Amino acid sequence: MMRVTGAVAMSAVLALGAVACGGDDGGSGGGGDSVTIGFMGDLTGENSGLVIPPKQGAQLAIDQYNAKNPKVKINFKTYDSQGKPEQASPLVQGAIKNDKIVALIGPAFSGESQATGPILEEAGVPSVSPSATDITLAQKGWKYWHRVVADDSVQSAGAAEFITGSLKAKKVFTVHDKQVYGKGLADAIAKAVQAKGVQTGTEGVDDKATDYSSTVNKIKQFNPDVVYYGGYYSVAGRLFKQLREAGYQGKVMSGDGSVATGLIDGAGEKNAQGALLSCGCNIDASGKSGKTAADFAAAYKQKYGTDVAIYSAEGYDAATALIKAVEAGKTDSKSINEYLKTVSFEGAGKQIKFAENGALATQDIFIYEVQGRAITLLGNSKEAKASS
Amino acid sequence: MFEDFISQFWPSTIDGLALGAIYALVALGYTMVYGVLRLINFAHADIFMVGTFAALGTVQVLGVSDVGGAALIGVVALMAVVAAVISGGGAMLLELVAYRPLRKKGASRLAALISAIGASIFLQQLFATLLVPALFGTSKEGGRLPVDEHFVSRSNVIDAGPIEVSNDKLIIFVGAIVMMVALDQFVNRTRLGRGIRSTAQDPETAVLMGVNIDRVVSVTFLVGGAMAGVAAALYFLRFEQAWYFTGFLLGIKAFTAAVLGGIGNIRGALVGGFALGLFEMYGSSLFGSEWRDVVAFSVLILVLMFRPTGILGESLQQARA
Repeated sequence: MMRVTGAVAMSAVLALGAVACGGDDGGSGGGGDSVTIGFMGDLTGENSGLVIPPKQGAQLAIDQYNAKNPKVKINFKTYDSQGKPEQASPLVQGAIKNDKIVALIGPAFSGESQATGPILEEAGVPSVSPSATDITLAQKGWKYWHRVVADDSVQSAGAAEFITGSLKAKKVFTVHDKQVYGKGLADAIAKAVQAKGVQTGTEGVDDKATDYSSTVNKIKQFNPDVVYYGGYYSVAGRLFKQLREAGYQGKVMSGDGSVATGLIDGAGEKNAQGALLSCGCNIDASGKSGKTAADFAAAYKQKYGTDVAIYSAEGYDAATALIKAVEAGKTDSKSINEYLKTVSFEGAGKQIKFAENGALATQDIFIYEVQGRAITLLGNSKEAKASS
Repeated sequence: MFEDFISQFWPSTIDGLALGAIYALVALGYTMVYGVLRLINFAHADIFMVGTFAALGTVQVLGVSDVGGAALIGVVALMAVVAAVISGGGAMLLELVAYRPLRKKGASRLAALISAIGASIFLQQLFATLLVPALFGTSKEGGRLPVDEHFVSRSNVIDAGPIEVSNDKLIIFVGAIVMMVALDQFVNRTRLGRGIRSTAQDPETAVLMGVNIDRVVSVTFLVGGAMAGVAAALYFLRFEQAWYFTGFLLGIKAFTAAVLGGIGNIRGALVGGFALGLFEMYGSSLFGSEWRDVVAFSVLILVLMFRPTGILGESLQQARA
């Protein structure tokens, strides 16, 4: 009851905020000297660690563009949905109606993307999500929706390949948070490893709870080689901590939702060591995958004082795709959307070229490992090797 | 299904008791306030949350990491004292600000209930936006404040075949029992305790007999808050997490435990807390953790169908002297 009240009050406040901001530059979007591009995601909520880096990446791309004194400037406006579908929907409506955004980067998560997709579709406003990985999003027939990250089916195939190939697991236990993204990913991995003759067990946990001892007991009894958690880092941290403390010795692994240092904070540095992560994101702080990536990593570090983090390259690439459209003189939603079908460039993270359904044409999965306090890239899922 | 239940019986029982002990301690605050004022103090959950931050602060000031054995007991005792003082004081202040003015003006119970919900949200947001960043400096994303240095060194103190009890769970269980016995003695044996019971029984007659109601209410909130503080310290020992929203789910569970045992009944809160903890664990081992709350609340409804006043039923006013 309290939570619902809070959420409603919060969204009302945020909606008001959006309306109030809209007054400042109303009518600036859609042609003229400037256009407004929005960014939506969880900027202050529990999993904002996954969304602030892509926001900074997108901000960087737009600042770099505006610094070149172009004919049409881009205003960058952020909307904090806290990752909640019920907050995202009114925010998107406000962004379209009041702020007249021509395109949206985001929403960051799958649940909120599902809620806002129909609204954007009806208004004809293109969106490019840096991080929504749910499989079904690409199957809805939305014409204005795009993403610059591999979906969960690619991620689950890549992770499953790594689990059965490199880790040679015989028994895998999947845990998920019962949400669209987490359950989808965990179930897909269970199915993929089952096809290779691996024995599996599965359970769902409450993401607002702290005590996971019943799940821990079940896992200990099942005694798997690998525990894979589908969901976000705050729960993954708590679960891995309780697993390690209960004496579980096997590997722990999670997906893109857990690629954040919050995982190490939540589990404790000792408990988090050797935790494996699969992700469609390319976090390349040393810039070894190409010149664009190296330039981006350097500029990001200079602007924000930190290394590139999860989805910062994806945020940058999503913004770049939209910037290219504006540079080509497309300043209304419809022509930007048309332009996105043709866009093809070497991004900071990967090759950006959209397929018919709005997903990327080529999709790769990368494997990471927690080493010390860092999340280190092991490599592409086909060749990655865990260190221990 | 049943094989799982049997093979996980002992770990489930131990985890259920450790969890139930925390529920029971928090439930005491709900039940005492209800007994005296006939009010569900929804902000009690956030008094618990304040306690977890007090415990975190204690550990940070001490700067301990990886303690075990007797030193751990000392750290926990200190944490419990600090958290009990801060939570107890917070609860008293809460009563003074959020409930007493309403009570003096003779506002309806519904007004007090809304005031309780308001106080709950106020406390959460106050911590999320102001106090945590100000006091702990590094507010992590979303206001969750994980302990970077985990301070507990865990080991099994009892290890008899399937029965493995780690040091933290044993401390939780023993600590909670000690607190509950102390509270029971306080309510039944002391002058202030008699004041609480008489107010619960008949406030008007209690006033005529010279009981200072305001003082009794303050003491009730203080004691209930202190119990929540101790619960928070024990919770922090086990999970090493402090978050402005921690109170929400735990508060609902503790309130459920209070109703299950018989709201207004101190021993009922204890029975209800342990019963709920065990039902949750047994339910999850039988049907999977997804069904944890479904099982727990189904049991609650079943119990209330046959015993509408809860397992023990009897209320604070009728407690034996």
